[in-house]
Amino acid sequence: MHIIDRRLNPGGKSLVNRQRFLRRARSAIQQAVRGSLKDRSITDIDKEGQVAIPREGIGEPTLRRAARGGNRERIFPGNQDYLEGDRINRPQGGAGGGGSQAGEGDGEDSFRFVLSREEFLELFLDDLELPDLAKRRLTGEDSFILRRAGFTTAGSPANLSVPRTMQKAMSRRIALQRPSRAALEHIEAEIARLEALPLAERGRLEALREERARLIRRRALVAFIDPVDLRYRRFAPTPRPTAQAVMICLMDVSGSMTEHMKDLAKRFFALLHLFLTRSYRTVELVFIHHTDRAAEVDEDTFFHSTVTGGTLVSSALEEMLGVVAARYNPEDWNIYVAQASDGDNLPRDNEKTSSLLRDRILPQCQYYAYIEVSADLSPGLDGSGESDLWAAYEDVAAACPHFAMRKVRHRREIYPVLHELFRKRSMVEGAG
Amino acid sequence: MATAIIRAEAPLFTGSEWDFPLIQRIYDACEKIAVGELGLEVYPNQIEVISAEQMLDAYSSTGMPLFYKHWSFGKQFVSNEMLYRKGLRGLAYELVINSDPCISYIMQENSATMQTLVIAHAAFGHNHFFRNNYAFRQWTDAEGILPYLDFARSFIAAYEERHGQQAVERVLDCAHALMHQGVHRHPRIRARDLAAEAAREAERERYRETIYDDLWRTLPTGPAAPLVQADERRRALNLPQENILYFLEKTGPRLKPWQREILRIVRLIAQYFYPQRQTKVMNEGCATWCHYRIMTRLHETGQLTDGAFLEFLQSHTNVVFQPHYDEPHFSGFNPYALGFGIMQDIARICTDPTDEDREWFPDFAGKGDVMGVLKDAWANYRDESFIAQFLSPRLIRHWRLFQVIDHESAAELEVAAIHDERGYRRIRRALARDYDLGRQEPDIQIVDVDLAGDRALVLEHVVGDGILLDPGDTRLVLQSLADLWGYEVRLIELDPRDRKQLKIHVLKPRADPA
Repeated sequence: MHIIDRRLNPGGKSLVNRQRFLRRARSAIQQAVRGSLKDRSITDIDKEGQVAIPREGIGEPTLRRAARGGNRERIFPGNQDYLEGDRINRPQGGAGGGGSQAGEGDGEDSFRFVLSREEFLELFLDDLELPDLAKRRLTGEDSFILRRAGFTTAGSPANLSVPRTMQKAMSRRIALQRPSRAALEHIEAEIARLEALPLAERGRLEALREERARLIRRRALVAFIDPVDLRYRRFAPTPRPTAQAVMICLMDVSGSMTEHMKDLAKRFFALLHLFLTRSYRTVELVFIHHTDRAAEVDEDTFFHSTVTGGTLVSSALEEMLGVVAARYNPEDWNIYVAQASDGDNLPRDNEKTSSLLRDRILPQCQYYAYIEVSADLSPGLDGSGESDLWAAYEDVAAACPHFAMRKVRHRREIYPVLHELFRKRSMVEGAG
Repeated sequence: MATAIIRAEAPLFTGSEWDFPLIQRIYDACEKIAVGELGLEVYPNQIEVISAEQMLDAYSSTGMPLFYKHWSFGKQFVSNEMLYRKGLRGLAYELVINSDPCISYIMQENSATMQTLVIAHAAFGHNHFFRNNYAFRQWTDAEGILPYLDFARSFIAAYEERHGQQAVERVLDCAHALMHQGVHRHPRIRARDLAAEAAREAERERYRETIYDDLWRTLPTGPAAPLVQADERRRALNLPQENILYFLEKTGPRLKPWQREILRIVRLIAQYFYPQRQTKVMNEGCATWCHYRIMTRLHETGQLTDGAFLEFLQSHTNVVFQPHYDEPHFSGFNPYALGFGIMQDIARICTDPTDEDREWFPDFAGKGDVMGVLKDAWANYRDESFIAQFLSPRLIRHWRLFQVIDHESAAELEVAAIHDERGYRRIRRALARDYDLGRQEPDIQIVDVDLAGDRALVLEHVVGDGILLDPGDTRLVLQSLADLWGYEVRLIELDPRDRKQLKIHVLKPRADPA
C-alpha cells in the first residue's frame, strides 16, 4: 500500500473549465449581473456574489424520456395506510406519484453559482472605458516598488550575487599574485621527476622544494575567496507614478428632490464610483450638497439629510471650485464631477451657472456628468417640458465634449445611461 | 462471526488527529480483517491525501484525477463550489477510482475515525467490488484507464490548439449528449481461431450425417425469396445499431479523423462508466457493508475507542438513512440504504433464518456461509438481478414498500401492491425493473441509412410504457447529431405493438461554421 500526499499539488485544476463555462454562458451571465444591480445595496455592489441564470442556454441535453405522460409504476417506501386497490388523486405538478425524477432537476429553472469580485466587475463593466485623459504623477505614499540597484557589500545570504562575488575574488587573487594550482602541480611534477633520477643529477631539487613550500604558504595566505569579496544584490525602493482621481458628487437637496430622485442619484454615483475604482488605485470622494447655499458634507448626510431652501446651482459649483483649489490641484488629480438635480434652478442663476461651468470648471476636470432625475412617471408626462437648467446646460454640452447630460426616470435606466456615457470611445465618436 | 475475540492492548488512536504512520497502522488493521477474516480480494491500494479544494476539483471531472477540459465540468464546479461554500452540502469523505492499483482519495480535514471508515469503505469495499463484479471484469480495463485518460486529455488539448476550442467543443457537446447511447450493452463475440472454426464445422458435418434422410430432398421448395436491397444495405452496415456514437465514428461520411477520435474517446469513457451505472446499489451496498463489518470488528477487538465508534455510527446511520415517501427530503431510494439493507438481511438469513426465509431462500437460509453468499452476489449480479434475487419479504415489510401505478388514461393513481403476501413478488419485480438501465433508458436504434442515396440517418425509438422522448432535449441532441452526420436525421417514435408511428423528428444540418 502506498500513501501519497497530494495536498501540495497545485490546485485550481478546474479553473480552465470554470472559465470556459463563464465564456459559454457569457451573455446570460452578463444580463444576470446587470439585473442583480437592483438587489444589491450600494456599498456591496462590487462584492462577490451569487447570480442565477436561466438553465436553457447551458443545458446538457440527452435523449431521455419525457417527465410526463405514459404509463408508469413506481415503488415507494413508508406506506402508512394504503391498501391494495386504493386510488390516489394525481398530485399537481407531476411530482410524487407519476412524475418520476421531475421533482429535483426540472423544478429549479435557474442555475445558481457564485462569481468572484473580479469576474463580477469584468462582466459588469465590460465594454466601458474611461476617456483616456488620465494624469499621472509621483505621489508620496504606498506606491514604492523595489528595483534592482547595483550591488552592496552587506546583505542577506539569499541576495548573494555569486557571479559578482567570484569576479571580485578573482581580481583580488590576480592582484595579490596567488599561485595557481597549475603552477603548484607543475613544480610537484618536476620534483617527482628529479626524485626519480640518481642522486648526482638532482641539482635543483632543494631549490624546487623551497619554491614549493613558498607556493603552499602563499596559497594559504591569500584565500581563494575572502569576506571582502562578497557582494550582494541591492534593492532600492523606487516611487511609482500613480494616477489618482477625485470624484466630486454634487446634488440638489432642496425640497423638490424626493426620496426616489435621491435614490436614483445615489445609484448613479455608486456606479460611477465603482467604475472609477477599476481604473484608479485611489479614488477620493467629495460630497457637496446644495440648496441656495452649498456645503461639503459626509456621505451619510449627503444622502439622508433634508435641508430646506431655494435652489442655486452656482453655489455648489463655487463650493466645488473652493474644494478643488484647496485640496485637489488639477495638475495632480484627475477630477470627475457628477451632478444630480431635478433641474430646478432660480432663473436668474442659470446664466451664472453655465458661465462658471464653461469657463472655470470644465477646463479643470476630466469629465462632467449631469443627470437630471425626475419622478417615476410615465415617460410621456414630463418628456415634454425641458427644465431651465437643462436648457442652460445644453449650450455648454454643445461646446464641450467631456460634458455629458442625461435624463433618468427609473432605476433600470441607470445602467444604460452609464453605459452610454462611457461606451468605448470609437463607438461614441461613431455615434456622435 | 466465529472468530475468537482477542482484544488489542491499546486502541489505534484516541484523538481525532492523524498522521501518515497512523494511516499506515489503520490500513494494516483494516487489511487484517478485510483480507484475513472476510477474505476480500482487492487490487493493490494507493491512498492519496488531498485537500478540500482538490476534492471539489476532482468532483467536477467525474471523480477522475485527470480529464480533458470541457465547459460542462466548469458548470459542475461552480454549482458544487457554491453549495459547499454556503454549507448546504458537505463534500464526500472519499473518492475511489476503479484502476489498478486502486486509488482512493481521502481528505485532510477528516478525523482519524473518518479516515478509518474511508479506508474500510473505499480501499476494501469498493475495491473488492471493482475487482470481482462481472460487469467490471467484462467492460473495464482497470490497468489502462489512467494512461488512456492521459492520452485523451493531451489529444483533445492538441486538437484544440490546431482547430480551435470552438470546433472541438462542438464535437464534444454532441458526443456528451449521446454518451448514454454510446455503450455496447452486450460483449462482442470474440473471433474464433481457424482451428476451432474447423472443429466446429466438422462437428456439424458429423451431426448432419447422423440425421441424413433422403426424403427431405423430395420436398418441393418455393421460389427463392428475392434479395431485398434495403436488407442487404442494412446488413452491410451492421444495422440496426444501438451504439450511436460507435456508428457515427465508423460510418459518419463527413467526419474528419480527429473528430472520429474524439467520438471514440467519449464512447470509451462512457463504456468505462457503464458498469458503475448498472451497479450503484450493489457497489455502495458492498462498500457500506464492508466498512460496517470492519469498523465493528475493530471496535470489538479494542482497536477503536467507544468514542470513535460512536462517531462512526453517527456518520454511518446518516449514510444509510432512507426517508419515507412523504418526508420532505425524500428523493427516491438511497442506494446506500438499499444495498446495505439487503446485504445485512442476507447475512441474517444465513445465520438466523425464519420459516419464511427458508421458504423464499432455500439455497442459503440457515447454511451459515455469509461471506460465501455475499461474495457470490457481489461477483455475479448487477442491481436489477440482485434486487430481483435477494429482496426479502421481511425487508419489504421493514421499509413498508408499496407500488403506485400511474396510467395516462386513468384519472387517478392506483396503489397496485403493498407489503403483504400478494404484493411481495410484484413489488420485488417492479423495484428490480426500476434499476434496469435497459428499461429506464429509451430504446433507440439506428435502423437505416442509404449511403448511396440521400444519406439520411434514420433512427427508431421503440416507445416503452407509452413514454415519448422529451421533445426539447431531443431536438437539441438531434440537431447536433445532424451537424456531425452532415445530412438529414430522422427519429421515428414507434408503438411497439403495431409499429405505428407516434411521432417523428426531422432535423437538417446547420451550415458548417468552419
